[in-house]
Amino acid sequence: MIRIRGLKKKLGEKQVLDGVDLEIPQGRTVVVMGRSGTGKSVLLKHIMGLMHPDEGAIEVDDTNIVGLRENDLNEVRKRFGFLFQGAALFDSMTVGENVGLMLREHTRMTDDEIAARVDERLEWVGMKGIEEMKPASLSGGMRKRVGLARAIAMDPDYILYDEPTTGLDPIMSDVINRLIRSLQERIGITSIVVTHDMSSAFHVGDELAMLHEGKIVFTGTPDEARSTSDRFVRQFIEGSSEGPIQPL
Amino acid sequence: MSEDSLTLRTYERARTRVLDSIAEVGRIALLVGDTFRNLVRGVSAFRLVVDQMHMIGVQSLLLVVIVSLFTGAVAAVQAAYQFSTVVPLKYIGSVILRSVIIELGPVLTALIVGGRVGAAIAAELGTMRVTEQVDALESMAINPVRYLVVPRVVAAIVMLPMLTILANTIAVFGGWVVAVTSIGVSSHTYVLGLKQFFFMKDLWSGLIKAVFFGGIIGWMGCYYGFRTEGGAEGVGIATTRAVVASCVLVLISDYVLANVLFRFIFAE
Repeated sequence: MIRIRGLKKKLGEKQVLDGVDLEIPQGRTVVVMGRSGTGKSVLLKHIMGLMHPDEGAIEVDDTNIVGLRENDLNEVRKRFGFLFQGAALFDSMTVGENVGLMLREHTRMTDDEIAARVDERLEWVGMKGIEEMKPASLSGGMRKRVGLARAIAMDPDYILYDEPTTGLDPIMSDVINRLIRSLQERIGITSIVVTHDMSSAFHVGDELAMLHEGKIVFTGTPDEARSTSDRFVRQFIEGSSEGPIQPL
Repeated sequence: MSEDSLTLRTYERARTRVLDSIAEVGRIALLVGDTFRNLVRGVSAFRLVVDQMHMIGVQSLLLVVIVSLFTGAVAAVQAAYQFSTVVPLKYIGSVILRSVIIELGPVLTALIVGGRVGAAIAAELGTMRVTEQVDALESMAINPVRYLVVPRVVAAIVMLPMLTILANTIAVFGGWVVAVTSIGVSSHTYVLGLKQFFFMKDLWSGLIKAVFFGGIIGWMGCYYGFRTEGGAEGVGIATTRAVVASCVLVLISDYVLANVLFRFIFAE
C-alpha cells in the first residue's frame, strides 16, 4: 500500500502540490486525473523519490521514503516500475537491452535467463521479436509498449504510469488501456495512473482521484465519479470550459 | 529611473551573478565528489568505459592528426622566422619539440577534444535529461553518475594523454617536413636538435596536464548535460556552455599547472 500524507512542493513561485493526501490500496489501480500542469507528474516523481517534497510523507508499505538514504531508496525503487510519458527508452541501447537493463544491473541472472525474461515481457505487451531494434525506429505506441515491458521486467509490486495514452491514436490508446488492465489481472500489481484522458481513466481505474490546485479534491470509484455532483469532477469529465476550473 | 535605484539594481544583479557562480562551483564540486564515490562500481562496468574511450579517443584521431600536423608545420615556419639572424637553425628541432610537448601538444589537443567531445557529451546527456532518460535510470535504481558520468570522465582522463602523445609525434613530424622541405635544415640536424634538448620531465609535464584537461572536459560535458532544462534550445545552450567552460578552464588550469609543475615539482 502507498499512503501519501500532506505532500507539499513549491517549484519557483508556484505551489504545485499543496497538501496532497492519497491512499493507493494493495492490488488496486488508482487514476489521478487533472488538468495539464496541475502537478500529476510531479506527484509520481515524488513517489519514485525523483523529487523531494518540501513537506509531507510518502509511505510505501509503512516505510516513509522521504529523506531515505540513496541506497535504501534504491531498494524501494527496485519494487517499482515506471512508464514515462515519452517512454524514456535509452536511445543508445536496443529494445532488448532496454528491457533487460534492470535485470542486468540488479540480479545475478545469466544472459540466457535475461534474454528469456525480455522475450517473455515483450510478448506480454505484444512486441515479441523486436529485441534488436533501436528505439528510434519505433512508433509512439510501440515505444510505450516497450517502456511497459521494461517497467515490468523485474516483477515489480507497484507500477506508475505517467500519461500512458497521451499522443496515441484511439486504437493504440485502447491497446495500452487493455494492457494496463491485463497486467493488473495477471499479476495483481498495484498501479497509479496519471492521466487527463477520461476514457482511459474510466477504463483502467478501480478508483479515481482528482488533483486540482495542488490538492486531491475528489476520490471515488468510476461509477461514483460519473454520478457525482462535485462541480470540479463534473466539469472535468464533461470536458467543459465553463465551471469552477478556469481555462489557463 | 533615479540614479540610486539604478545603482541598487546593478548591485543586486551583480550580487545574484556572484552567488550563482559560487553555487555553480559548489555543484561542480559535488559532481566531482560523486564521481569519485562511484568510481569503483562505475569503472567495473568496463564495457561502458571502453565505449566512451572509443568515442572520445578513436573518433578524435583524424582531427587531432590534422591539427597537430599543421601545428608542427607552423611552429617550424615561425621558429625559422624568429631565429633568422639571431639563433642558428640547428636548434629548430629542439624549439619545436619543447614547445610542442610542454605546451602546444596538450593544450591544442585539449581544446580540439574539448570542442568535439565536450559538446557531444553535453548534447547526449542533455537530450537524455530532457527526454527523462536520466530520471528513468534513477527510477530503475541505477545511479546516473555511476552509469553516465564515471565512464565518460575516466575515458577522457585515459584518452587525453594518449591523444597528446600522438599529437606530439605528429607535430614534430610536421615540423620536420617543413624544416627539411622549405627551410633548408637537414634531417640529421633536425633530429640532433630534437635529441639535444629533450628532457623527460618536459614530456611528463605535458602528460600530467593532459590528465587534468581530460577530467575538465569530461566533467564539464557531464555537468552541463545534467543541468539541461527545456527542449532543443536547452540542449543547445548546455552544449555551448560545456565547450566554453572546457576551453576556458583548460587555459586557466594550464597556467596553474605550469606554475606548479615547473616551479615546484620539476624545479631544478
